[in-house]
Amino acid sequence: MMRPHFSQNNENLGAGIMVDQTNSSVAMAADYAVPTAVKPDLRTRLQKLIPKLVLSPSLALILVFVYGFVIFSVYLSFTGSRILPVYDWVGLENYEKLFRLRNWSIAIKNLGIFAGLYITVCTAIGLGLAILLDQKIRGEGFLRPIFLYPMALSFIVTGTAWKWFLDPGIGLEHTIHLWGWESFEFDWIKNRDFAIYTVVIAAVWQTSGFVMAMFLAGLRGIDNEILKAAQIDGASNWNMYRRIIIPQLRPAFLSAFVILSHLAIKSYDLVVALTGGGPGRATELPATFMYSYTFTRNQMGIGASSAVIMLMTIAAIMVPYLYAELREKK
Amino acid sequence: MSVASTENAISTGRITRAFIYLVLILFVTFYLLPFGIMVINSVKPLSEITGGNMMALPQVFTLDPWFNAWNSAQIGVDPTGLKPYFWNSLKMVFPAVAISTVLGALNGYVLTKWRFRGDTLLFGLMLFACFIPFQIVLIPMARVLGFLGISGSTPGLVLVHVVYGLSFTTLYFRNYYQVFPTELVRAAQIDGAGFFRIFWRIMLPSSGPIIVVSVIWQFTNIWNDFLFGASFADQDSQPMTVALNNLVSSSTGVKEYNVHFAGAILAALPTLLVYIVAGRYFVRGLMAGSVKG
Repeated sequence: MMRPHFSQNNENLGAGIMVDQTNSSVAMAADYAVPTAVKPDLRTRLQKLIPKLVLSPSLALILVFVYGFVIFSVYLSFTGSRILPVYDWVGLENYEKLFRLRNWSIAIKNLGIFAGLYITVCTAIGLGLAILLDQKIRGEGFLRPIFLYPMALSFIVTGTAWKWFLDPGIGLEHTIHLWGWESFEFDWIKNRDFAIYTVVIAAVWQTSGFVMAMFLAGLRGIDNEILKAAQIDGASNWNMYRRIIIPQLRPAFLSAFVILSHLAIKSYDLVVALTGGGPGRATELPATFMYSYTFTRNQMGIGASSAVIMLMTIAAIMVPYLYAELREKK
Repeated sequence: MSVASTENAISTGRITRAFIYLVLILFVTFYLLPFGIMVINSVKPLSEITGGNMMALPQVFTLDPWFNAWNSAQIGVDPTGLKPYFWNSLKMVFPAVAISTVLGALNGYVLTKWRFRGDTLLFGLMLFACFIPFQIVLIPMARVLGFLGISGSTPGLVLVHVVYGLSFTTLYFRNYYQVFPTELVRAAQIDGAGFFRIFWRIMLPSSGPIIVVSVIWQFTNIWNDFLFGASFADQDSQPMTVALNNLVSSSTGVKEYNVHFAGAILAALPTLLVYIVAGRYFVRGLMAGSVKG
């Protein structure tokens, strides 16, 4: 009698996400029913406890090292800590100082430029390349890894390569001069007004192939029947992309946005390797600001407050996204 | 580009196709150029780099910069080359990847097949940890590592990477196991198999693809990490990325570009190798999880 009952419920569970989503409460009830339905001897009770025991070390690590640390940093941001943490409460003083610092406003402005361009250009290139590769291209298997390999590199390696490639004295500008175009100028990396764009170039180089892979997977997942039907109805290719294909890529757009925006806010190593925050402070970002104020300028309170602002920015993007994702799936 | 993308394979004309290939080749150049030129210039003598054209092939082929970068280049205060740091990185990466993957697999298994009240909330808490800016944990982490007596050591770095990689591996395994047929687990349960037996005999044998994803992801991230290495490592535990940065940005003496390039490629080799061997499975596995999810 038991078996058919279980397998029926479990078919619901196993039949894929759709069913899993709509019937989640039923499915969960079934999960609870399993251990209690069997005779509850010691062994089953122990079995019931094991999953939670297995999960608990990870959970403890996350609670302490993520949430505990966040609370600690938030607390520090309200203290007058300098080279070492001290626990005197100074209220919002650090935040007031922070937002009066020119370095911080430069970092914020740079992050705005960097993140905006980085996300837009990566998405555009990623989508464009994915669409082109999806045209039954010969040699796709050869092209894809070439677009993707920068993702495997460390930002330090990327920074080293681009720093030199963009150096006017020895890299691209020098080479073009040698080729005979003497007036060619490309000194962005040494130019205060343009250096931040070289960070964008290098970052786009590193990640756009990954975004392409995400969109390509999305394109491959689209039902061909719909497209055939649309074609029979006389839809032009342009309209097929605009009306049917691109709207269906919504999840890929969302994932790309989430991944890119949090990468942008966390960007640290690339700037260190490419420009070192310079020339002057022209490529300072919040992440480099936090590091230098905390560890080299011994202004831990201000460093902590800048980290809190970074966390809040990311949380403003991530929390609604995760909430929506998990509620949908449950 | 928008012109080309309006066309579909079924009806693209010859001119449009030529245009598509042209654009693709331009991007191939864009992606290959900086790294490719670095490779070419790593086998040139220094005089050919400073005095010559970076696009030119080497007139004199030499592997000296490579040996130099590996064995004898000045890094920080010692002329040790990158070799000791390469081992530091390996000693850190292997345990960190193994531990975080095992924990992630178990977590994913619990969160999908042994659900309990509040598990989604717990998963959400873990998931958010993927996205925190690490700057927020730097200060307390430095304190705690000191308190535990493992600051500046490889075990300390392993701990850091396990903790902050855990969320990712849990996410991967959870998404993967979510579509794994639960009736198999229930049937085994009725037959008297316990928690670990089911994991070992039923879940693990079919977890190949997601293990590949988790291992590649963790390996690449941990090998490439710079922030934690720069913050928490000392001389004896400094990873490759930090050493490379010291090598490249050292301001003393002549800038030996060819040695820098050889060093950068050495630092990139392990992840590139992993990527070349298993990259296909990585993208496929990753997409299977994230696009569906």
